[in-house]
Amino acid sequence: MKKIYLDNAATTRVADEVLEAMKPFFNEKYGNASSLHSFGREAKQALEESRNKIAKFLGVDASEIVFTSCATESNNFAIKGIAFANKNKGKHIVTTKIEHPCVLESCKWLEKNGFEVTYLPVDEYGLVRPEDVENAIRKDTILVSVMYANNEIGTVEPISEIGKICREKGVIFHTDAVQSFGKIPLEIDNVDLLSASAHKLYGPKGVGLLLIRKGIKIDTLLSGGGHESGRRSGTENVAGIVGFATAVELAKKEMNKEIERQRKLRDILIKNTLEIEKSKLNGHPTIRLPNNTNFSFYGIEGESLIMRLDDKGIAASTGSACSSPKLLPSHVLLAIGLSPALAHGSLRMTLGRYNTKEEIDYVCDVLPKVVEDLRKISPYGG
Amino acid sequence: MYSEKVIEHFRNPHNYGKIKNPDGVGKVGNILCGDVMHLYIKVSRRGDEEIISDIKFETFGCAAAISTSSVITDLVKGKTIEQAMKVSNKDIIKELGGLPPIKVHCSLLAVDALKEAIYDYLKKNNKPIPTSILENHKRLTKEMKILEEKYKNTVL
Repeated sequence: MKKIYLDNAATTRVADEVLEAMKPFFNEKYGNASSLHSFGREAKQALEESRNKIAKFLGVDASEIVFTSCATESNNFAIKGIAFANKNKGKHIVTTKIEHPCVLESCKWLEKNGFEVTYLPVDEYGLVRPEDVENAIRKDTILVSVMYANNEIGTVEPISEIGKICREKGVIFHTDAVQSFGKIPLEIDNVDLLSASAHKLYGPKGVGLLLIRKGIKIDTLLSGGGHESGRRSGTENVAGIVGFATAVELAKKEMNKEIERQRKLRDILIKNTLEIEKSKLNGHPTIRLPNNTNFSFYGIEGESLIMRLDDKGIAASTGSACSSPKLLPSHVLLAIGLSPALAHGSLRMTLGRYNTKEEIDYVCDVLPKVVEDLRKISPYGG
Repeated sequence: MYSEKVIEHFRNPHNYGKIKNPDGVGKVGNILCGDVMHLYIKVSRRGDEEIISDIKFETFGCAAAISTSSVITDLVKGKTIEQAMKVSNKDIIKELGGLPPIKVHCSLLAVDALKEAIYDYLKKNNKPIPTSILENHKRLTKEMKILEEKYKNTVL
């Protein structure tokens, strides 16, 4: 059976070009970038070239990029690091209800440590209202953190507008850009900190970055030998970082073409899926990532749907937290006002550069039957 | 994470659907928690005994919820009411070759559904209701009330 991977928001296949670029750094150019000898210098050079490439892509200075081990680390670093370095100015943070758990949990941890956090609501499409941000900012607000695009429903937030408000109010602005980095053009003129990850754009797992603008005061999370200009200690993952930079160059080259191609496939998938009775598209119809679809089907539960699709060779995911002990449906779907019944029956299919029209046609063909079969078993199927 | 047996029942569940004019119905679980099970039974006489001659389920839930529903129908079909009352969630888990710890509640839900269907049958027919079945019913009613109170403002 042919396997179709439609979970590109979870992670992506490493591109062949990326893998090739990384290979020498495992068994030939394996030096520690901090070492003085030729091996070390070779690694250091690759590290800085990679940093330059990514900085150029983002339109920032290379010294503003700090490599981390993943986006979870970047988000922890940004939120906790800013909070502790700026606590003399105030102890209030503004974020949203639909952030990734690593942002929400970092904020909850700060609450336990004497900080105050405002979690902003979103509208039915998952959009944050810039005026809500403006109203939430207080004299003692030290940080605003709003994700660039949501990982579950793909809604793209008005980051430029929110950034402008933060600038005017003199508050540091962080955005978790994991799902949008390398996928859509980013407007980050008013962004002070930005988190991104390599494995969402055909790079390896285990590498992330945090953009920290010059002049931003931040505490380090990892203390040690003073790597990354003292901001993040720990031997740099040179192979991974080289892979990250190669992936970014690939994204730069392909972005416009891929946006068009994936958006077309996405819209075919949306149009066909919405023909299924009692189905609903979650997120905004147009202000969404070109590769994201998220649906709810009344009367069926997400995990069952994912497993039946897996039987047909289709790898997708759900916003349902059925597999977690909490038994609560997705916080994002609840935040956009979905009933728990619909929130439990969600399906996320996210496209990538390797998906073809034939694959999408197959999914459109198979999905209605899978939904129908599960509804036959359900008490709400009729 | 799931055993082969769970997957097998999930792919091809036994005895799903409704029974027309059932003798007893058990409805348990809550859509807020992501699992709802409806069990329908048909009871016939065989000599001096009452047996569950037919049983069907309808389940909204994860793969474990669907497979435990399927298995319990297999376990009690053709059994006497008395035998059926003795089926425990351990029997279900054993039959399925194990369940992940966080899915054990699905097997408890299946047992509750069966007990509720038996309760419904006994009550409708003015038959004596064994304490264990009655206590179980009381507990479920209480739990349901707490949940309803907690989510009274939630639109389903």
